[in-house]
Amino acid sequence: MTLPADGTETRFDTAAVKADFPLLNRQVNDHQIVYLDSAATSQKPRLVIDTLARYYEEINANVHRGAYHIAELATSATEDARARIQRFIGAPSASEVIFTKNATEAINLVAYSWGRANLNEGDAILITALEHHANIVPWQQLAAERGVEIRWLPLTDDGRLDLTDLDQMLDGVSLFAFSAASNVLGTLTPVRQLADAAHAAGALCLVDASQAVPHLPTDVKAWDCDFMAFTGHKMCGPTGIGVLWGRAELLDAMPPFLGGGEMILNVTREGFIPNELPWKFEAGTPPIAEIIGLGAAVSYLEAIGMDAVRAHETALTGYALRALNERHGDDLVIHGPTDAADRGGVLSICYRDVHPHDLSQVLDQRGICVRAGHHCAKPLMKLLGVGATARASVYIYNDESDVDLLSDALAEAGEFFSHQPA
Amino acid sequence: MAGLEDLYREIILDHYRNPRNRGELETPPAHMAEGFNPLCGDEIQVFLQVDGDRICDVSISGQGCSISQSSASMMTTAVLGRTVDEARQVIRAFKAMMSIHGDDLDGSDHDPSDETVGSQISLGDLEALRGVVKFPVRIKCATLAWNTLDQGLSEATA
Ligand SMILES: Cc1ncc(COP(=O)(O)O)c(C=O)c1O
Repeated sequence: MTLPADGTETRFDTAAVKADFPLLNRQVNDHQIVYLDSAATSQKPRLVIDTLARYYEEINANVHRGAYHIAELATSATEDARARIQRFIGAPSASEVIFTKNATEAINLVAYSWGRANLNEGDAILITALEHHANIVPWQQLAAERGVEIRWLPLTDDGRLDLTDLDQMLDGVSLFAFSAASNVLGTLTPVRQLADAAHAAGALCLVDASQAVPHLPTDVKAWDCDFMAFTGHKMCGPTGIGVLWGRAELLDAMPPFLGGGEMILNVTREGFIPNELPWKFEAGTPPIAEIIGLGAAVSYLEAIGMDAVRAHETALTGYALRALNERHGDDLVIHGPTDAADRGGVLSICYRDVHPHDLSQVLDQRGICVRAGHHCAKPLMKLLGVGATARASVYIYNDESDVDLLSDALAEAGEFFSHQPA
Repeated sequence: MAGLEDLYREIILDHYRNPRNRGELETPPAHMAEGFNPLCGDEIQVFLQVDGDRICDVSISGQGCSISQSSASMMTTAVLGRTVDEARQVIRAFKAMMSIHGDDLDGSDHDPSDETVGSQISLGDLEALRGVVKFPVRIKCATLAWNTLDQGLSEATA
């Protein structure tokens, strides 16, 4: 573990963190589990699991409705979680924090509500070549419906955004939607620079921060973005809860997305008056337990400290890049930036000619969980010239021993597929 | 490594490394059907030439893991030269072998007589894929080519 030059304490005890995650205690195929798929979903600490159970055991009631004691407790726990998340992402106001089902729904909310209110034939959206399907398909749907043009910002050979023609590509664009961190290449994008370029061109920007908020200190004011989407289950929180943050004046001007209860101030036979922010965008009974659970996840991460999380992952990713490349040499390709400082802890691996699906099967026999496939980024896979990769991704509970076990298992997989009589 | 041998039988690895009937056929006269495994990104094209009621040529292109590729390779050798009806029986027998507890994973109705069909039709080398059933996520890999062939047969004989 490296210490930053300013001497801030960024160490934390990985073993103690690991002990907070009950699932990491289990065995898989007679081996202690080695969980290296946190880019898909993170494991959950005891604090979050207990928070969910305590909600149902002690304060389960619908929110914003009943005037009785437990309904008030449930409502205030929900709004406390919102405020905690607001502070965690540096948002000016809790009313800008809108709960959705996941990041996908958050992006769809913008595409449906803002997109359909503002974009028409002749308008253009810029996305990048490294987007997850969640930040592609909603725009394609909009494009198909409205005749909006979609432009793709290309990548450099080492998997970073190629900014050479950014200003020309932004010309005439209404929205620039990009990831803060790639779920395939690990690439961290220069969010502030991209936001500034978008604004200089008169465009708004939307940041898909699904792979950033769990791993880095996040501050929407410092990023100066207009919308940001992220998802709870990748940051120690439950599934079924995500967040859209947006600048209040934009959200205020947008029409509601889904209609129903919660999102109205008044309904008559003639029509309805939408509720104020954030409830205007939260139709129906919200996922109360999940919201409170996400609040607990944020507390858990805050206790470790996001600077420490990032320092830990940078060090571990650096170790993984060195150790895997040294040992496996030309047998191994790790896609994306080569310097750990430019990337998150996501390693997309191709090992000899072993198909990623076969690779992950062999690793599974050792209890090692990695993801094989296209990682919901098929246009990017096409660009990389591969159908699939095996992806190992690290988080706060991983340490060098996990990387070493992965490395051993890669060698074993190579053996297995080369020594079988053909 | 215990367990893996159940999945990766020698014959499977052989078909993976030396795929039979690999390549593309000219369309037309051949018919092309395309299949995707959304889970892992595997893609397959099955080229099929039907003369009268007989499959006179078949070939495979695309990319995928050892299970999907070897299954496709073995499939071509199993159906080449057969009539369309016979090929459909082989498809049914293979899918029956790939179904756990009688549940047909691709959603089509499970025909209890499949088991009998399975015993009438000799699956030969394809028996080597039986072990895939113990690894449920891989069943879709093994059946990808077969579902694509099934679709291709319907289209080619429509
Ligand atoms: C970069 C990125 N964007 C969006 C998503 C979508 O997250 P969710 O499926 O929770 O909506 C993911 C996760 O799979 C992701 O990695």
